[in-house]
Amino acid sequence: MGPLSNVESLKFYAPEMVLSAGILLILIVDLIGDRMYKRKGGVSNRKVHGTLALVTLVVAGAVLWWVNHSTPESEVPRGVAIFGGLLARDAFGDFFKYFFLGVTFVVGLMSMRSRDAIDHTDGDRDAGEYFALTLTTTLGLFMMATATDMLTAFLGLELVSIMGYVLAGFKRRDRKSSEAALKYVIYGGVASGAMLFGLSLLYGLAGTTSLAGIKASAAVAASPTTLITAVTLVLAGFGYKIASVPFHMWCPDVYEGAPTPVTAFLSVGPKAAGFAMLIRFFGGALPETLLAKGALLDSSPWPLILGASAAITMTVGNLSALGQQNIKRMFAYSSIAHAGYLLLGLVALSGGGSGSRSILFYLVTYLFMNLGAFLVVIALAESGLGENVDDYKGLGTRNPFIAVVLCIFLFSLTGLPPFAGFAGKFLVFSALLEHPTSMNVFLAILGVVNSAISLYYYARLAKVMFFDKAAEGAGPIKVYGVHAATLTVLAVPTIFLGVYWAPLLDAADQAIRAGAPAVIGAARAVAGL
Amino acid sequence: MEKIFQIGLTHYLVVAAILFAAGMFVVATRRNAVAILMGVELILNAASLNFAAFSHFVHGHITGQIVSIFIIVLAAAEAAIALAIVLAIFRHYRTIDAEETSLLKD
Repeated sequence: MGPLSNVESLKFYAPEMVLSAGILLILIVDLIGDRMYKRKGGVSNRKVHGTLALVTLVVAGAVLWWVNHSTPESEVPRGVAIFGGLLARDAFGDFFKYFFLGVTFVVGLMSMRSRDAIDHTDGDRDAGEYFALTLTTTLGLFMMATATDMLTAFLGLELVSIMGYVLAGFKRRDRKSSEAALKYVIYGGVASGAMLFGLSLLYGLAGTTSLAGIKASAAVAASPTTLITAVTLVLAGFGYKIASVPFHMWCPDVYEGAPTPVTAFLSVGPKAAGFAMLIRFFGGALPETLLAKGALLDSSPWPLILGASAAITMTVGNLSALGQQNIKRMFAYSSIAHAGYLLLGLVALSGGGSGSRSILFYLVTYLFMNLGAFLVVIALAESGLGENVDDYKGLGTRNPFIAVVLCIFLFSLTGLPPFAGFAGKFLVFSALLEHPTSMNVFLAILGVVNSAISLYYYARLAKVMFFDKAAEGAGPIKVYGVHAATLTVLAVPTIFLGVYWAPLLDAADQAIRAGAPAVIGAARAVAGL
Repeated sequence: MEKIFQIGLTHYLVVAAILFAAGMFVVATRRNAVAILMGVELILNAASLNFAAFSHFVHGHITGQIVSIFIIVLAAAEAAIALAIVLAIFRHYRTIDAEETSLLKD
C-alpha cells in the first residue's frame, strides 16, 4: 500500500492535532485569564494551566488509542506512510508517542508544584507559557519519532531544540539558567547545522529526501566516501540530541542550570526521540551492506564507529560523575553514561539482532528511574533542601520514605537486580552477545565494568542519606502529597519491571516487528517512481 | 580552462563548503556570543545552498529548494530565540563574552 494522501492522513494525525489544540487553548486562556478566573480569586494560574496541559495529554493518548482501535487492519494496515511519505504511522511510532505522553504527564505533575519551574511570585504569570512550551516540545518529539523523511526529521528535531532552549532559560532572574540556555543554543545550533550539511550531501547523492529512498538509491551505495562524510556529520546532530561523547559538553551545564523539571524532561524526552530517529535512520536510510557485521576491522565502519562512541560515552560519563558534588550535575553525567549503554543496543541492531527491542525496553525503564530521581530532587528542593550531596545528609531519618524511594531509583540506575535497570541492561548486553564478535564481547564487558564504576557514585548518595548524621537542628522534612504520590507511581514499576518484564518486552517486540513495513513500503513506493 | 568559468554544480558546492568551514572556524574561535551565532548562520546557509544547488543541477525537481526555504525559516526562528537569550545574558553579566559568562563548570 502506497503512502496515504494528505486528507486520508489527517485521521492518523489526530493525536498531534489534539496537542496543537491544547497548546492554543493554553495560550488563549493565558491571555484572557485575568477576566475569566483570577478576579474570583482562589484559582492559581499554574493549577489552571497545569490541569489544561494534563487533560490535553490524556485526551491525546485516548485519541491515539481510539484511532488505532477503530481502524481495521485490513483497511489501513499498520506501518503505512502518511502525508505522502513524510511521516510513518506504525507501531514503532505509537510506542514512542505513548512514551512521550507519559514523560510529559509526569513532568507536568512535577512542574505544578515546583517553584524552580514556575515562579510563584507575581501570581505565577509564567505558568501558561511554561505548559505551552512543554506541550510544543511533546509535539516535536512526536514528529521526531514518526519522521521518515529528512525534512520532517529535521523539523521535529529543531522544534524540540528551540523549545528546549527557551525552557532551559526559563528562570529569567537566574544567572545560571540564562547561561545554560546560551550554552544549549550555541551547541545546538552548531550540531544541527552540521547535521543539516550532512543531510544536504545525502540529498545530493540520492535525489530524494525520503529515508527509504536514500536506502534504495544506487548512487548512495556507489559512493561510500561521500556517504561516510555525510553520515558522520548527521551523527553529530544525533550525538548532540542524545548527549553522547564528544557532543556531550553542553549536557552537565544545561542540566545544572535549567529548572529541575525541565532537566528531567530534557534528560528523557529528547534522548528517547534521538534514539527513535537513530533507529529509523540506521534501519531505514542506510544500505544493509554498510551495516554488515564482521570482525573488528571490517570494511564497514559503522558498527566500529558506534561501538567506539558507545564505549567512550559510557566511560567518560561514569568517570566524570564520580567527583560531582552537585546532584543535578551528577545525574547529567549519569545520563550521558546511560546514552552510552543505549548506544550499545544500537551496535547490536546492526546485526539484525534484538538491539532495537532492547533500546525500547531500556528507555521505558530509564523513564521511571530517571524521572523518579529528579522528582526526589524537586520535592526536596520545595522543602528548602539544597542540590548538593552534603545537603542530603541524614535524610534517612529526616524523611525515610523519600530516602528509600531514592535508593530504589539509584540502585535501578546502577543496574542492580531486582530493579528495572537490571532488566534493561541485561537485555542490551544479551542483544550485544547474540553475535559474539570480539568487539561485542569487549563492549559487553566494558558495559559491566562501567556499571560497577557507577555503583560508587550512586551508592555514595545512599550512604550519605543513611549513615551520615544530619546537621544540628535539622528536623523532619515534609514533601507535597502530589510529589509523594507520583514518586510511588514511578517506584512501583521500577521494582515490578525488574522482576516481571515479559509484558513490556512483548510490547517492544511488537513495536519493532510492526515497524518494519513502513520502511519497506515507502522504499517500494520510491523505487517505483 | 574555459570550463572553470562555466558556473556549474561544483562551483556551488565549493562555495558551500567554504561557507561551512568559515562558519565552523568562527564558532570555534570567536568569543562574542553574537559572532558565534553568525557562524551558526553561515553553517545553516551552507547547507541551504547545497540543497538548492543539488536540486537545480542534478535532480531537476524542486524538493531541495523547498527544503532550503524551510531552512531559512528555521534559521530565522533560531536567531530570534538565540538573540533573546543573549539579551538575557547581557542583563545578568553586562557582557556577551562567552568565556566570561561561566558560572557552570566542573
